[in-house]
Amino acid sequence: MTPATAEPRSELATLLFGRLSLDSIPYHEPIILVTFAVAALAGISVLTWITRARAWGWLWRDWFCSIDHKKIGVMYMILGFVMLLRGFADAIMMRAQQAMAFGDAAGYLPPHHYDQIFTAHGVIMIFFVAMPFVTGLMNYVVPLQIGARDVAFPFLNNFSFWMTTAGAALVMASLFIGEFATTGWLAFPPLSGADYSPGVGVDYYIWALQIAGVGTLLSGINLLVTIVKMRAPGMGLMQMPVFTWTALCTNVLIVAAFPVLTAVLLLLGLDRTIGTNFFTNDFGGNPMMYVNMIWIWGHPEVYILILPLFGVFSEVVSTFSGKRLFGYTSMVYATVVITILSYLVWLHHFFTMGSGASVNSFFGITTMIISIPTGAKLFNWLFTMYRGRIRFELPMLWMMGFMFTFVVGGMTGVLLAVPPADFVLHNSLFLIAHFHNVIIGGVVFGVFAAISYWFPKVFGFKLDVFWGKVSFWCWQIGFLFAFMPLYVLGLMGVTRRVSHFEDMSLQPFFVVAAFGAVLIGCGILATLVQFYVSYQRREQLRDFTGDPWDGRTLEWATSSPPPDYNFAFTPRVHDIDAWWDMKRGGYVRPTSGFIAIHMPKGTAAGVILAGISAVVGFALIWHIWWLAVTGFVSLVGFAIFHTFNLKRDFHIPADEVTRVEDARTRALAAIGA
Amino acid sequence: MRLATTFSLIALASLLSGCDLVTLNASGDIARQQGDLIVVSTVLMLLIVVPVMVLTGWFAWHYRASNKRATYAPEWHHSTQLELVIWSAPLLIIIALGAVTWISTHTLDPFRKLDRLDAARSVPADVKPLKVQVVALDWKWLFIYPDYGIATINELAAPVDVPIEFQLTASTVMNTFYVPTLAGMIYTMPAMETRLHAVINKVGDYEGLSAHYSGAGFSDMRFRFKGMDGAAFDQWVAEVRATPAELSRDEYLKLERPSVKEAARRYGRVVEGLYDAALNLCVDKTKMCMRDMMAIDARGGMGLANVYNVAHLSHDAERRRGHDLTPADSYVTSLCTVPADAYMSPVDPPSYGRVRLAP
Repeated sequence: MTPATAEPRSELATLLFGRLSLDSIPYHEPIILVTFAVAALAGISVLTWITRARAWGWLWRDWFCSIDHKKIGVMYMILGFVMLLRGFADAIMMRAQQAMAFGDAAGYLPPHHYDQIFTAHGVIMIFFVAMPFVTGLMNYVVPLQIGARDVAFPFLNNFSFWMTTAGAALVMASLFIGEFATTGWLAFPPLSGADYSPGVGVDYYIWALQIAGVGTLLSGINLLVTIVKMRAPGMGLMQMPVFTWTALCTNVLIVAAFPVLTAVLLLLGLDRTIGTNFFTNDFGGNPMMYVNMIWIWGHPEVYILILPLFGVFSEVVSTFSGKRLFGYTSMVYATVVITILSYLVWLHHFFTMGSGASVNSFFGITTMIISIPTGAKLFNWLFTMYRGRIRFELPMLWMMGFMFTFVVGGMTGVLLAVPPADFVLHNSLFLIAHFHNVIIGGVVFGVFAAISYWFPKVFGFKLDVFWGKVSFWCWQIGFLFAFMPLYVLGLMGVTRRVSHFEDMSLQPFFVVAAFGAVLIGCGILATLVQFYVSYQRREQLRDFTGDPWDGRTLEWATSSPPPDYNFAFTPRVHDIDAWWDMKRGGYVRPTSGFIAIHMPKGTAAGVILAGISAVVGFALIWHIWWLAVTGFVSLVGFAIFHTFNLKRDFHIPADEVTRVEDARTRALAAIGA
Repeated sequence: MRLATTFSLIALASLLSGCDLVTLNASGDIARQQGDLIVVSTVLMLLIVVPVMVLTGWFAWHYRASNKRATYAPEWHHSTQLELVIWSAPLLIIIALGAVTWISTHTLDPFRKLDRLDAARSVPADVKPLKVQVVALDWKWLFIYPDYGIATINELAAPVDVPIEFQLTASTVMNTFYVPTLAGMIYTMPAMETRLHAVINKVGDYEGLSAHYSGAGFSDMRFRFKGMDGAAFDQWVAEVRATPAELSRDEYLKLERPSVKEAARRYGRVVEGLYDAALNLCVDKTKMCMRDMMAIDARGGMGLANVYNVAHLSHDAERRRGHDLTPADSYVTSLCTVPADAYMSPVDPPSYGRVRLAP
């Protein structure tokens, strides 16, 4: 970044600031400057707005320090949206560069910048968009679906969220202070080693993911324990809603896979920082070990992302078909089989690295076997629609988009699992098209289905349908325009991560793809407009019943938004689709006899610990050792101090519960329910 | 949805009319077989994908809420027969595809010697394969022809219908060697060797590239791959051999340094054992070869002496940017004196112009 001819630094400056200096701020790069100006302006206006609304106290007490799983869930979703905007900005910049940089035209991004962008795009979209979305959904919905009042470890939940946010903050900081990795989103050594990536980019990558990874792992343990230990009486494992099942499997995957990522990034960090030789070319280092380890985490990660959305689609399709899910048992077994098999396929990410034919065939065939339970799931959704009464509300629309898109992505995925075909298509734009096909078609469409499905539960009013449809069609058509050309380009032998092309005949494809990306941008914009319009029209869109879709699972049994304590009395479960069963069985909502409810209490400890972690991360990135040591000591110190905080719970008095429940009784009476 | 599909089909059709799907229409037998496999696999999978899409569309339309004539069975949720079909239909497809996979993965294994030139011809017994040693440098390709004692940068030539045996490695970071029309890609990795066996069946000038991101100069890390008839290839070899430039160890160490958009270059002579030294990271004679290091380590290592036996790897310093305070790289210095450089002197290099292959 800075010229090597820079003056040698004084020892004092190095001691105080490590590698950090004024030169680390990329003020000579106009694009970054403009971005910074825009970001700073937006940031300042938000801060001003909060200050003028005198909302800081409310924000701090009721949100930042809240350990209510619902609020944490919402904050995860907001984090996901904010980072989606950043990740999408990266995407549109890449598409623009590739549409322009042909022949003599070098495009507007030099390789150093372009390479940071594609790395950041992948890292952000997976770790800071998809993961927060998925975790947010699970956080919000799982306790409600199993009739619990919160997660098993409410404080840990808040801490997890802030650790994820701290990781995201470091990635964002890399934009304006120093640089981000130029290695691709998995940072394969030796390229990511200190020899070939000497700057701070890879360190940002490592420490952002390490810090966010702590959050993800703890949140995985938390939700796992919640699902295993806190289900309402009568809800056996085979009575759990399918979304909860998929959440269970996802969290098993998180708990088993994320430590591998932590370990491998730690080893890479040691290589870079103290000169060990785990993944270097010589001294017995073995870069292949990194590739194996990161994919042993990386492949389960794919299923960590998609499984909960499979759960969402299961809920959506049975609700909007007005019909019990077809083949609940086989759906559950399919999920469990996918969970287990997802550990046996990692090598398919590098068939071309010289494994023998038998090894390649083994991993190719295990990969194909995963498509059997996945196929079974698709059929189950299909036969849930069969003999249903399908209402094409927004969630169902996304579901339909998913069904059509995902089968294509699944098909190209199985194609890539055939090793000789992969030899041709690996690292090609065909591969890029494939994984966007499953991630957009599966994860993103799933998240939007989930948002439009559960939004009325969270905020008490439905989302505006018109703007929802605009968003859906922009995404659906935009996706086709953006990625179908990439399939073709892949078959033409065009590969990924290229910032400049010589072959002019390829340009039209990239222009079409860029147009598709713009359409997707319109889709994102339409979603934001949808939120705004829905908020404006909230009185018309209000749902007083708490059950706007004629739902089937327990979250629809309570009010919208649910009270802090979720359920005044813990429900008893007798069947799959507990709420549907209760409605059919003539369930009468209790209106008296409320008792005080024991609840966990908010705390600032999560924000503080994560804040210190971010500082420690920053110090480690810039080699500011005194700060790293001080920070780490205070981190441990504060964590110990926090264990002496014994004021962790309180009771919501019976009067308060009665007041809230009476209000709901009156609201229900007013609409004649 | 339908509208979108129509739109995209029109867009695709108009685009496709002018493009060359090289992976499906390759000029090399291996790539051609791989392309055929893509088609076969896709067709196999369409057997299940198309019905699913049709059923999705049909069910969605037929069972829409406004269609009151459609059967509504809210409690119907299980059917053993259907479950059997649901699980066995994908299973059958995967069994078929799995069999295809097992066989093709073995027959098209890049490490496996070729046994055919194309669908109609097997490899004649008297053809000597063309040997090419590939080193991926930052950011250009070095091709050494050990049988001829010549080398080229960013230019690869091969006679048509002659098996080519590649040995591949890299100098610093991972790349992949990929000539779409010739064969699928294979990684080139420092201190490791991969192999690729392929054949080109049509005369032509084709594109080759690195398909694995390797740093700033990656996008332009491309080369031309020339398929020539035997006589033209012999002629080409003669031209290269007449080039005065020599690829010595020193020249290699200069060449190894990062550079972008290198034009094609030729070397008439190549120092003996260069590829082997590149593979073992010891072209610099002061540096111990990986091979020797591993042999020493296998016998228990040298103990503390190791600590004193390291020196800095200087050329890498030029890659460092910014205020980098990490200790510079070190490596194990060689223990023995390496014999003086000698250039390769090939004995009886194969010439392909004289070879007549059965049509």
